[in-house]
Amino acid sequence: MSRIQTRFAALKKEGRGALIPYLQACDPDYDTSLELLRAMPAAGADLIEIGVPFSDPSADGPTIQAAALRGLKAGATLGRVLEMVRAFRESDSETPIVLMGYLNPIDSYGPAEFCFDAAQAGVDGIIVVDMPTEEADLLDAHAREAGLDIISLVAPTTSNSRLFHVLRDASGFVYYVSITGITGTNSASAEDLEQALPRIREATDLPVAVGFGISTPEQARTASRIGDAAVVASALIKTMASTLENDQATDRTVPAVLKQLEGLAAAVRA
Amino acid sequence: MTNTSSPLSNSLRSGPDDRGRFGIFGGRFVAETLMPLLLELDEAYRAVQADPEFRRELDYYLKDYVGRPSPLWFAQHLTEELGGAKVYFKREELNHTGSHKLNNVMGQILVARRMGKTRIVAETGAGQHGVATATVCALFGLKCTIYMGATDVERQKPNVFRMHLLGAEVKPVTAGAGTLKDAMNEAMRDWVANVADTYFLVGTVAGPHPYPEMVRDFQSVIGMEVKEQITQAEGRLPDVIVAAIGGGSNAMGIFHPFLDDASVRLIGVEAAGHGLDSGKTAASISRGRPGVLHGNRTYLLQDKHGQIEEAHSISAGLDYPGIGPEHSWLNDIGRAEYVGVTDEEALEAFQVCTRTEGIIPALECAHGLAHVMKIAPIMANDQIIVLNVSGRGDKDIFTVAHHLGVKL
Repeated sequence: MSRIQTRFAALKKEGRGALIPYLQACDPDYDTSLELLRAMPAAGADLIEIGVPFSDPSADGPTIQAAALRGLKAGATLGRVLEMVRAFRESDSETPIVLMGYLNPIDSYGPAEFCFDAAQAGVDGIIVVDMPTEEADLLDAHAREAGLDIISLVAPTTSNSRLFHVLRDASGFVYYVSITGITGTNSASAEDLEQALPRIREATDLPVAVGFGISTPEQARTASRIGDAAVVASALIKTMASTLENDQATDRTVPAVLKQLEGLAAAVRA
Repeated sequence: MTNTSSPLSNSLRSGPDDRGRFGIFGGRFVAETLMPLLLELDEAYRAVQADPEFRRELDYYLKDYVGRPSPLWFAQHLTEELGGAKVYFKREELNHTGSHKLNNVMGQILVARRMGKTRIVAETGAGQHGVATATVCALFGLKCTIYMGATDVERQKPNVFRMHLLGAEVKPVTAGAGTLKDAMNEAMRDWVANVADTYFLVGTVAGPHPYPEMVRDFQSVIGMEVKEQITQAEGRLPDVIVAAIGGGSNAMGIFHPFLDDASVRLIGVEAAGHGLDSGKTAASISRGRPGVLHGNRTYLLQDKHGQIEEAHSISAGLDYPGIGPEHSWLNDIGRAEYVGVTDEEALEAFQVCTRTEGIIPALECAHGLAHVMKIAPIMANDQIIVLNVSGRGDKDIFTVAHHLGVKL
């Protein structure tokens, strides 16, 4: 079983959903983001999503755009992100790591090389925002060979028939983009999720993570119960950004994010 | 039509294929949220292609509202001054709103209306596409939001004011360098957040399939008219066609009907900015490499890690780090040539055109003219060049004055 399967199976036994926090690699610098990454499991992260900075994150709202720019300024590259995952794996061999980003840096690295190197580094899954099913053949075979899950995204606009098409060869888990919009803006209501999830479960047996617009402990709890996991991104980055001085980390940076993460985790576990 | 097995498959004009690709270029690299909309748009576009009523409707607006056909002007004084090939201007700057942009916008707005969309978003660089879009929204009573880089808002004030007068909301984008690339990102964010009622009216032959194909088809009226007009004037096809390229819609519009006429050289002129090797350029084909941005695979200005670089050009309309995917393909198969012209050369051509022909060209097409000025003198007197004068330069007089050290 992959780390992702093992983790979701274990949580199912516990009878709760997963909390998936997000951090942008090298935001605001490599050391701080690695410190945060290492501390996240103890603060309640069940899986972790690492954003790969890209110059033109066209599906992201202002919070993650700013984080990506800080990361790039701090020297983030795909290679550096993999280095960060390798460093994390020295002390944690269980928490699944999923990279989320845009296609061009991967394309530039070389799809086959990237899948191989990512798996070697200890990455479990990848989410490529601008690679719909129709274009996924670019990575599919390489990812499968390397043992990486390509996490499929589905959205409120994905029709029932299209759900079957998109999720036919899906692996790992399914990422439900719960609003039509960009990250960190609106939120889906519990009613929205109650309606959407059965539709998705018709098309797949994989766990469903709910993301986009989840910011409060209450929302995280709701999403992790109706779905199988809640992804919290912009809300954590907002907290991090509020502790920065001139875009540099301060003593408050890591503790502030971890404290918020603990609050979210408590709600998900309650 | 997108059918790789069509009887025309020997033709260079039969692309894209069913996946929206021209060779390795093009495609549909968008978030899943947008994918169903692209499929819906594709279906709507196939339906209008098969509908003679749509063609009649579009022709009516092109003739009586846009003012087509646009003339093909023999630029006699310029020809004499250059002392070589005969130079003709395709006068797209005479269209309503002052550029070729309205050809595409008129087509797409009729598609959007058929799809029942009530709100239009668009990106704009120089403001020509924004003005054209705001114009048809005024004509058809649709809500209109235009995203424009803050830098471009500053250097294209007359067009910003025009859009306001036309009732459009102009949203300045401060991300990045505040130019066309950033406006494109923001327009895509708006679209993804307002999918139910909003139509994204892309202004160039780039973006996810079917936009490159659709915009090309609507702009191809330029080349089809040229074919007829030059045959009437000269009894033959031109030797060379030259057009400036940002995203590449005016170039694709004039090139496409000639793709299968092997005797016609097609030259796309990219903005070299301070020079092709200055690091401050917008020449995606000359100085970029293939990658994925804004929904399509194409030549992009990018660093070795795949981060997109800022483009630079004196012309806001060319200030984009990518290019339409069909151009990338035409480059790779060698059917079209792509060259660079600097800011300085374009400024010089801008003045020559104004002085010799009494036509103030947009800075975009001044780039095309600058290349014509390089090749016409070394061509024979009986050879023919057609330049696409894609827009008029009134919007650029402030920029030009600034560079010439004149205070207005």
